Amino acid sequence: MKLLLENAHIEGIRNYDIYRKHGGYRAVEKALKLTPDEVVEEVKKSGLRGRGGAGFPTGMKWSFLAKPEGVPRHLVCNADESEPGTFKDRYLMEFLPHLLIEGLIVSSYALGSNLTFIYIRGEYAWIVDILEQAIAEAKNNGWLGKNILGTGFDCEIYVQRGAGAYICGEETALIESLEGKRGNPRIKPPFPAVQGLWMRPTVVNNVETIAAVVPIINLSGEEYAKIGVGRSTGTKLISACGNINKPGIYEITMTESVEEFIYSDEYCGGIPKGKRLKACIPGGSSVPIVPTNLLFKTAKGETRYMNYESLSDGGFATGTMMGSGGFIVFDEDQCIVRHTWTLARFYAHESCGQCSPCREGTGWMYRILKNLEHGKGKMSDIDLLWDVQRKIEGNTICPLGDAAAWPVAAAIRHFRDEFEWHVTHADEAQKRNFGLAHYADPRPVPAS
Amino acid sequence: MSDTPKFKVTIDNITVEVPAGTTILNAARLIGGDVTPPAMCYYSKLENSGGKCRTCLVEVSKGSEKDPRPMPKLVASCRTTVMDGMEVKNITSERVIDARKGVVEFLLINHPLDCPVCDQAGECDLQDLSYEHGSEQSRLDFPKRTFEPEDIGPNIQLHMNRCIMCYRCVFTAEQLTQRREHGVLERGWDSQISTYLNKALDNEFIGNIIDVCPVGALTDKTFRFKQRVWFTKPMDAHRDCPTCSGKVRLWFRGEEVFRVTGRKDKWGEVEEFICNTCRFDKKRASDWVIEGPTKVNRHSVISQNHYRGAVEAQKELIREIIGKEPKMLLDIHTVSDVNRPEIHLSEIHGPSHSNDFLPNQKLEGQRKLEVGKK
Repeated sequence: MKLLLENAHIEGIRNYDIYRKHGGYRAVEKALKLTPDEVVEEVKKSGLRGRGGAGFPTGMKWSFLAKPEGVPRHLVCNADESEPGTFKDRYLMEFLPHLLIEGLIVSSYALGSNLTFIYIRGEYAWIVDILEQAIAEAKNNGWLGKNILGTGFDCEIYVQRGAGAYICGEETALIESLEGKRGNPRIKPPFPAVQGLWMRPTVVNNVETIAAVVPIINLSGEEYAKIGVGRSTGTKLISACGNINKPGIYEITMTESVEEFIYSDEYCGGIPKGKRLKACIPGGSSVPIVPTNLLFKTAKGETRYMNYESLSDGGFATGTMMGSGGFIVFDEDQCIVRHTWTLARFYAHESCGQCSPCREGTGWMYRILKNLEHGKGKMSDIDLLWDVQRKIEGNTICPLGDAAAWPVAAAIRHFRDEFEWHVTHADEAQKRNFGLAHYADPRPVPAS
Repeated sequence: MSDTPKFKVTIDNITVEVPAGTTILNAARLIGGDVTPPAMCYYSKLENSGGKCRTCLVEVSKGSEKDPRPMPKLVASCRTTVMDGMEVKNITSERVIDARKGVVEFLLINHPLDCPVCDQAGECDLQDLSYEHGSEQSRLDFPKRTFEPEDIGPNIQLHMNRCIMCYRCVFTAEQLTQRREHGVLERGWDSQISTYLNKALDNEFIGNIIDVCPVGALTDKTFRFKQRVWFTKPMDAHRDCPTCSGKVRLWFRGEEVFRVTGRKDKWGEVEEFICNTCRFDKKRASDWVIEGPTKVNRHSVISQNHYRGAVEAQKELIREIIGKEPKMLLDIHTVSDVNRPEIHLSEIHGPSHSNDFLPNQKLEGQRKLEVGKK
């Protein structure tokens, strides 16, 4: 079942006329007949959870928005998608820009935002043009501007390019950056819902979250909530990459098992060259990596499904997180130490340097991992690495510290002997440049 | 103030009543002593400061009377306001001690070990912090981060290697001067305080960034390498200054004034900011009306014979915060059994005498100890 990508295959859907012909902007027509509070109520009923990574219920986030008299409110769309492994927002914006604009108009109406921003990752330069063209088309057709559909609701949408910092995907850093300042996360409280952009109440939502508002309004909140399972309602975009036959964007209803997702031809299509699965990061680089034995079954022996609850079953000891849906698959030849080093390098490079645990800790972890990977490590380095990540986690201003610590923690937790092997067999580890294979999928190699 | 509601907050089992909107750190400062979390970046005179160094992390074991859930993460006490009935654990929490040790280690891994040649030595917040929470040896196996020296004007020397990125000087320049000319460049591990393209900082009040710097990253060029601070004697003085309050502290050695700084309170914060003329140009005792010797902290390395805080350890406090002894750099009994280890040095009035330690004799120290145990 597809809600967001239903029309993605249609030629020219990027253009307003074709998008409108296929039922576009129906949600705006429907929503503007309701009161803003009724729209918020629909979103609440839908059980939609933030698609940016944290999975916080969107309706609840919207109802936290402070509404003081005479102070403008803002909606900011977080399109600063920079997580390694996640590229779903890019696809949405590139091929279905009007879906995002439509979602933004409905959400702006619900929140009372007359000035709405799309903060887009600087590297997505060509998408800025696509979005701006879509905004111009929407405006020409009366979906934006003053007095939309004669309801008296005014709304303008502006696209702002970031300058290439991962940290600006954190909502308060995004707001700082949007204000023209250095993109340092703010210290919370106050939360953006009370004091955000220019100290006005602000809601920051991910692209996919905003886009999901469109089917919610079209279907009604109750109908949307029937899709999915438990508290994971609706559909989720998964950007699959790594060692799979069919990398790409898949829309899932969160009832698929992880095994089905990796091996079925409808989704990833299995591992290429008949290799076996070693590990997987199901939600973008920040979430813990899990080995095969914990990926298909939870620690209790139940099947693991692609949804918020099932993926995080067992906590970080045996589980992981849904995150932003960046599904990275590792086959048996991939080296976990090298992979962890790569991620640590990314986080060390992207740390804003504001608070000490993250500034010093990420750089330190990166250097330790570099030594381990290059055969210069000591056994004590593994314990040191564990201790450093433990002292970063939870002690920083923003979640970047946690995001840097979790992958390292999970790699050591599940693949400790591979780290040890890099110390004891330094030459071999360097030469082969891939890890131990005995974590691999216990199933026999499929006949090719 | 009468219309602001009062909140009761309990920090390490000691309850205080503070007006709503007070931060945990400021409430703890009302109690004082060991209960107060250390703060490297928070500066009560500067708006928006704090929250960055993470040394003041505390555990909130009870959110408030209404919502008694504990907070899941440690919070920065300098930026978290108290709620009515909040219970906070600082030194009674293992988690806090552990996290603080980690933060101090992070602050120190790239800090050079140049205290012997650093002008800040002796009045350095980071030195105090590492004495209390640091470990003996660094676990960093890599070369420390270093920066190219940068000239930022005739009066102030920037040693970026020593900087701990507290942002205090940035806030000072932003809030005290007309135009901020320095700030943070780069990010993460490489972030540094700098001016954009080698500007000189020459604002009339820019000298205050020397006073707010918790380490020796910003030092006074007119004082560099002239004296160790513990050889100089501080005196409070004032002059009729047209630009600032003129209330300063003069640092004498003999008859000579070596340095002029703002007056710092017991939390190491400047009471009133002073102008550059007072700080850099008025270096003769005759320029000033001397008020008298400054009272310095009992534990300071500066010997002045005028001390504040020279009271005996607060016994009640010790009993309340279980198992935490008063601060002493070295307890003699950890290395020797002379002087009868059962006698607590902190419980002897005034300077100890050999009579206090005679065997089989109940003298003042021991008697007091027994009273204390009851």
